[in-house]
Amino acid sequence: MSETARYRLLLIVLGAATFILFLLSLTVGPAALAFTDSIAALFSSKAGAIALIMQEIRLPRAILGLMIGATLGLSGAALQGYLRNPLAEPGLIGVSATASLGAVIAIYTGFSAVFPLGLPLAALAGAMLAVLVVQAMAGMKGGALTIILAGVAVSSFAGAMTSLALNLSPNPFAALEIMFWMLGSLTDRSMTHVWLAAPFMVVGWVMLASLGRPLDTLTLGNDAAASMGVDMRRVQFLAVFGTAASVGAATAVAGAIGFVGLVVPHILRPLVGSRPSRLLPASALGGACVLLAADILVRIIAPGKDLKLGVLTAIVGAPFFLWLVYRTRRNLL
Amino acid sequence: MKQIMAILMISVLNASAALAAEVPHRVVSMNVCTDQLAMLIAGAGQLYSVSYLAGDRNASVLADQAGGYVVNHGLAEEVFLMQPDLIIAGTFTTRTTVELLRRLGFRVEEFAPANSLDDIREHIARMGELLGRQEKAAELVKRIDNDLATLRAQPPSSKSVATYYANSYTSGSGTLVDALIGVSGLENVAARLGLTGTSKLPLELLLLANPDLIVSSEGDYAAPALAEEGYVHPAFKAVTAGSKAVNISTKYTICGAPFTLEAAHMLRDAAGAAK
Repeated sequence: MSETARYRLLLIVLGAATFILFLLSLTVGPAALAFTDSIAALFSSKAGAIALIMQEIRLPRAILGLMIGATLGLSGAALQGYLRNPLAEPGLIGVSATASLGAVIAIYTGFSAVFPLGLPLAALAGAMLAVLVVQAMAGMKGGALTIILAGVAVSSFAGAMTSLALNLSPNPFAALEIMFWMLGSLTDRSMTHVWLAAPFMVVGWVMLASLGRPLDTLTLGNDAAASMGVDMRRVQFLAVFGTAASVGAATAVAGAIGFVGLVVPHILRPLVGSRPSRLLPASALGGACVLLAADILVRIIAPGKDLKLGVLTAIVGAPFFLWLVYRTRRNLL
Repeated sequence: MKQIMAILMISVLNASAALAAEVPHRVVSMNVCTDQLAMLIAGAGQLYSVSYLAGDRNASVLADQAGGYVVNHGLAEEVFLMQPDLIIAGTFTTRTTVELLRRLGFRVEEFAPANSLDDIREHIARMGELLGRQEKAAELVKRIDNDLATLRAQPPSSKSVATYYANSYTSGSGTLVDALIGVSGLENVAARLGLTGTSKLPLELLLLANPDLIVSSEGDYAAPALAEEGYVHPAFKAVTAGSKAVNISTKYTICGAPFTLEAAHMLRDAAGAAK
């Protein structure tokens, strides 16, 4: 089988898996609804309880799971290609944490209640700041270590500021919500959240997806890419804003969800022949699969406990990350 | 410095031992529920300090009266300096503080949260004994019993009600709120669904149960938090369209006291209005 045919097959398999997981996500929930009833209610125009549950509770949750998963997978693949660093990921380099901080400031000061668009915009600003700071610290040729160190510093600072902001809130519930912002959840998100976040995520996707060819060229090195006519400033602009817009919007409505952007591109890279332009769409679908699966599992493992998504993604992602660190270390020696 | 501390501690030990049997004159309460019971029962000048939550309009029914007392934040150092002859605390909060204060020789009495109407009577009577104000306590218990008799004299309305608090928590069977719902002649949906204690009621189940009344605690706090996002969810808005939602501030139901029955009256009135 040729490489192109194998790539197409991979996309078809991932697309089918995403579709099946999307359907499963619609059918899992505390209210035990029959499959056919629930799918019929999804398209029903009558305002019964089941239609309300399907259209206003489960549909937005499944859509957000799909979109946020795709965002994390895509941005992970794009950042790894752009920074040419296997450890780059929105969670690890501090983008998710600073986007959380931006969202927290917008929500808990009451700003987003007056101006709803302020929520994704503040998260976007936070995310952009993180990418720029990490990049400035690590430089264009930054090694794995500098990027991770800068990312750890940015993440922990943003995490501490998030905790501080929530602890200072006069509302006693706010402090408990530190968990949501650090680990992420899709519980009881509504269509309002979808409409708020989707435009930013789609704009981010378009920017990141257009990076395919430049990233392919970039695998030859910065100088080679520049001599082949790649506009490095344009690539930087697209990578930074694309990540900030999509991850910022995702984090603003669901909190920071780690490891998806790290693990998915790594698993899929060998399957696409290590070509960034092919990795991007595959990672987007793979990320959607992982996040939808995680969101289904939190509802099955601990119904009624509101288990956070980050718990599940970290259970899978952290051992993988350790393995990656181990391998990187061996290569350095 | 050590010597001074030792002398100070011995004098505290002596003072508290001598006064333990007598009526306390300098009482410090460290819990919003014991604060309110003590404010209702204590004699003039007997209660010295209440917790900062007692003055919080969202948590305390008697917030206006709390201004007359010194405020504490449940910290051992702060309470130590007040040199009380009786400390009243709740069993759920400030555990380490209570242990430390006991080690320092103070007399600490603890109250568990009230989970039933009997708990309320018991707590009032016990507070009366601790403060040497048995008559005042008996008067309050009598008031509660009269109030209960009035509520129970009304015919049951057979309407169903679900409580839906911040973070989608509800009061299942075995809670004070469940008892209040029973007294007001309504049916608690959470108990029917088999939920016990304070537990989560997923929005999906609330929609399916479709109760006649939904009790919320919306707007208890002015500052925003995600905890109250459930109240602006389009599905919640759809199910509470009309006159189904009643807002009963949690300050009436987090503590067991004579004013707790106010919540039962509010439920009763709301059930009457939602014909």
